[in-house]
Amino acid sequence: MKLDQIDARGLSCPQPVLLTKKGVEKNPEGIQVLVDNTTARDNITRFANNSGYKVETNTQGSGFLLTLKK
Amino acid sequence: MREKKGIIITGAIVGLLSVLLVKFGNPVNMGICIACFIRDIAGALGLHRAEVVQYIRPEISGIVLGAFLTAFGMKEFSAKGGSSPLVRFVLGFIVMIGALMFLGCPLRMVLRIAGGDINALIGLAGFAAGIGVGIVFLNKGFSLKRTYSLAKFEGYVFPAVMAGLLVLLLAKPAFIFFSEKGPGAAHAAVLLSLAAGLIVGALAQRTRLCMVGGIRDLILFKDWYLISGFLAILATAMIGNLVIGKFSLGFADQPVAHADGLWNFLGMALAGWGSVLLGGCPLRQLILSAEGNIDSVMTVIGMTAGAAFAHNFSLAASANGPSPNGKTAVIIGFAVLLVVSYFNLEKTVEVKMKGDVELEA
Repeated sequence: MKLDQIDARGLSCPQPVLLTKKGVEKNPEGIQVLVDNTTARDNITRFANNSGYKVETNTQGSGFLLTLKK
Repeated sequence: MREKKGIIITGAIVGLLSVLLVKFGNPVNMGICIACFIRDIAGALGLHRAEVVQYIRPEISGIVLGAFLTAFGMKEFSAKGGSSPLVRFVLGFIVMIGALMFLGCPLRMVLRIAGGDINALIGLAGFAAGIGVGIVFLNKGFSLKRTYSLAKFEGYVFPAVMAGLLVLLLAKPAFIFFSEKGPGAAHAAVLLSLAAGLIVGALAQRTRLCMVGGIRDLILFKDWYLISGFLAILATAMIGNLVIGKFSLGFADQPVAHADGLWNFLGMALAGWGSVLLGGCPLRQLILSAEGNIDSVMTVIGMTAGAAFAHNFSLAASANGPSPNGKTAVIIGFAVLLVVSYFNLEKTVEVKMKGDVELEA
């Protein structure tokens, strides 16, 4: 199954987390988020864990692809 | 939880270092204050001529260089910019106007509460209210747009300027102003201040410590991470103040403060709202600047310009209270924030793509 993807590269905090929050509200089964810095990666991971999602992190180019699943 | 331990320890160290700096010469409840110290640097460079607040504060250079070295070592240094730089300059300017109405940045607000200054609790209420207003706009899709990669060299300039300030501090050329009395003349030894700054910068870089982020994340995401640092600063600084005998509970006669509740509230509300739009408090802006974020450098330059204006045009409050010009400036500041907040709302906040996306290396 293809998950919806959110491109949060270049956005400053807390926007990547806000987009992720809106994303999982729309697609509760999971989403993917692209980020380009470790702060956004850590913040989204913390948010996901707090809201009951598991996060898989893959390095992609100079950034990270986060996959959130229930 | 392991993560939270780090920021609690960071907060505790920042709180203790702040008390230590007061013990060894910094103004009371001003162990570290980003707004006040940038204002002092602006004065030392002659950008304003308020004779009591002129000193090149090595804490600021230390924080930036500590964060720069740490970010570099951890491979988190990356030069980028282009996310509404001029708007960020203006926001930095306004945050400084608000902070100098209250007499302190958000970090000093915490330190003032830790010293028993109840005026700062009113400031905190205003700060939280300002953050609340900012969050309304964030939820409606406020965005200063994306940053883009820049040449590495661009990112080295700001830390180099900070190192240059240290040279000026040590060389003391005649064209640099140093206060002979007032808060600007009260300072700890250069090496102690610099060392404290380096430690705070390094730790804040690792933990993303941020006063605005603490309250923001608690309201937005019920996330206690950042605010744990805030609370740790409060707790240790309060204990430290009690130990060195600098704790005095009350409204009246607090050090470098005034007791006008309305304007303490409004000043911090302005700083809180502006900082939420920027994505971080003045301390966080320094750390991001050190990591190569040129938009944050623009914010810091905006804060410096704001500080110079504040003293050149009698906008800054003093122990006697706010000035009429300062009140006008704060009201104009709110109007500008409203315009900036409204015109940067994005109708479609979600940028979504189906399928795989390759990131450029």
